[in-house]
Amino acid sequence: MTALATPARTKPAAGGPQGTRPPRLTARRLAPYAFVLPALLLFAAFKLYPIAWSFVLSLHKTVGGVETFVGADNYTRLLHDPLFRTALGNTAVILVVQVPVMLILATGLAVAFDSAALRARSVFRLGFFLPMVTGLVAYGIVFSVLLNEEYGLVNWLLGLVGIDSVPWLVDPLWAKISLGLALTWHYTGYNAMILLARLQSIPGELYDAASVDGAGPWKSFRHVTLPGLRPALLLTTVLSTIGTLQIFDEPYVLTRGGPDNATLTIGVYLYQNAFTYFDFGYASAIAYALAVLIGILGLIQFRVLGDRK
Amino acid sequence: MTTTTTGTRTGRGPRRSRTRGKGRGNGIMLTSGLAIALAAVLVPFYWLVIAGTHSSQEVFDSPPPLLPGGHLAENLTSLQDTVSFGRVVLNSAGIAAVYTLCAGAVCTLAGYAFAKYRFRGRDPLFGVIMLGLVIPAQVTLVPLFKLMAELEWLNTYQAVIMPNLALPFGIFLMRQSMAALPDELLDSGRMDGCGEFRLFVAVVLPPMRPALAALGIFLFLYQWNDFIWPLIVLRDGASYTIPVALASLQGVDDTDYGAILAGTAVAAIPMAVVFLALQRHFVSGLLAGAVKE
Repeated sequence: MTALATPARTKPAAGGPQGTRPPRLTARRLAPYAFVLPALLLFAAFKLYPIAWSFVLSLHKTVGGVETFVGADNYTRLLHDPLFRTALGNTAVILVVQVPVMLILATGLAVAFDSAALRARSVFRLGFFLPMVTGLVAYGIVFSVLLNEEYGLVNWLLGLVGIDSVPWLVDPLWAKISLGLALTWHYTGYNAMILLARLQSIPGELYDAASVDGAGPWKSFRHVTLPGLRPALLLTTVLSTIGTLQIFDEPYVLTRGGPDNATLTIGVYLYQNAFTYFDFGYASAIAYALAVLIGILGLIQFRVLGDRK
Repeated sequence: MTTTTTGTRTGRGPRRSRTRGKGRGNGIMLTSGLAIALAAVLVPFYWLVIAGTHSSQEVFDSPPPLLPGGHLAENLTSLQDTVSFGRVVLNSAGIAAVYTLCAGAVCTLAGYAFAKYRFRGRDPLFGVIMLGLVIPAQVTLVPLFKLMAELEWLNTYQAVIMPNLALPFGIFLMRQSMAALPDELLDSGRMDGCGEFRLFVAVVLPPMRPALAALGIFLFLYQWNDFIWPLIVLRDGASYTIPVALASLQGVDDTDYGAILAGTAVAAIPMAVVFLALQRHFVSGLLAGAVKE
């Protein structure tokens, strides 16, 4: 049919070595665009567009559903907001205390997982990873009951060994500790797996060489394991930092930010402003402050941990 | 330099060099020490299953219940009466299933294009998408909510599903996995006269099955457990997902903890079982390329 209408000009060239470009090559050139198109459209509509919109919102004030342009007012308000400072401080405490504790534990776990002396290794790897699978709401609820001051299992167990009951979720300091425990429980195994993956690519000869040089376990850990782990430590530190700065689910479910705002994080404060007070402009300003903070901290961490002479 | 996947594989066998000179005793000590730590980590799971079978009063008995009780059916009934739990479970399962299929397709196609084609604008486009990993989700929360309101999508399933389909982490994961696919395979497929899309379906996808399994589990878990976004867009009990429904029950005066915990067990235990069954794919797939230099 085609051959009859347009004699031997366009179509047959596809088979031949020379002539016009075969349609297959054009398809090959266009295919990647077709493949990334759905992702790009969705990403632009539901990520990039809201990111830009959020900035516009942060320059507006919402009163009774009406938006008025107020310039940088929301940002100046942020600077003088004691609650924002509290949220910032609480988030910083988690960052400075919980993240290092967790990463040290994760490094210890990874080294243990890697040790030939450990029996039933796959059971341990899996078991410690399992909390990662648990949804935040589910584990928030479980922890809030386990840590109940009067009736919780944890205080009952402590009572068995003669320790007075601990006001886990009702005392400002203990509420912070509880939040830290929950976070550590949830994420340590995951970080250990990332570190383990890296650990296993450190050549065994390096350890042999170290032991030939008379290095004990501690020295070979310091001079072989730690330097080898560096990229993975950078990754886990950056991921944990980003995660911590955005933290919302755990404090929301565990303590609703209380008691007395002791576990109010930036994420919870942002949520409250947006969806409790419906002050979208201020919430957006908080979001942008958060994004800037994440950017700065990420850069610093890359500088400090990433540089390898 | 070296990819993680190979590391995981070679790491399976024990290594003499690392622990040479240490005695058997060390192994037993290490193993039992870790066993105690693991027991502590698993206590919440054990307790969750136990508590879900007890009434609210029994949950807070002293001493706390340590063995299964007889109130599971009663708890589930009470849950059904307060939040139509059956409906909520179906919502969660349906949303997670549709999300996994659609997001899986979007991320796999994009990851494949980024890994295996050279095209103008590839690197900047990929960079923009990776920006999505770094920018906190909270930045988009408010405008995304307003967008959903304008589209009149509040309280609908697509409001939950659509915004996260092009998940940066999923695209990243697929790009890493696709990179391991030999180019010769693609070329020979083209020699045999495969069109580009058929090439993708018939040649690329079959050997990628383990990576696809990992992506699938990850996406399903992500959607099943997602809390804040469904909490924001689902305003009506009949459209709730499990986490939203459970959270809505908490903090109410005389909260029925027996019922909540039974519901929590229903949400968490199947996922744990699925994970245990498929963990090999999941862990190796998730870590593919996680630690590169």
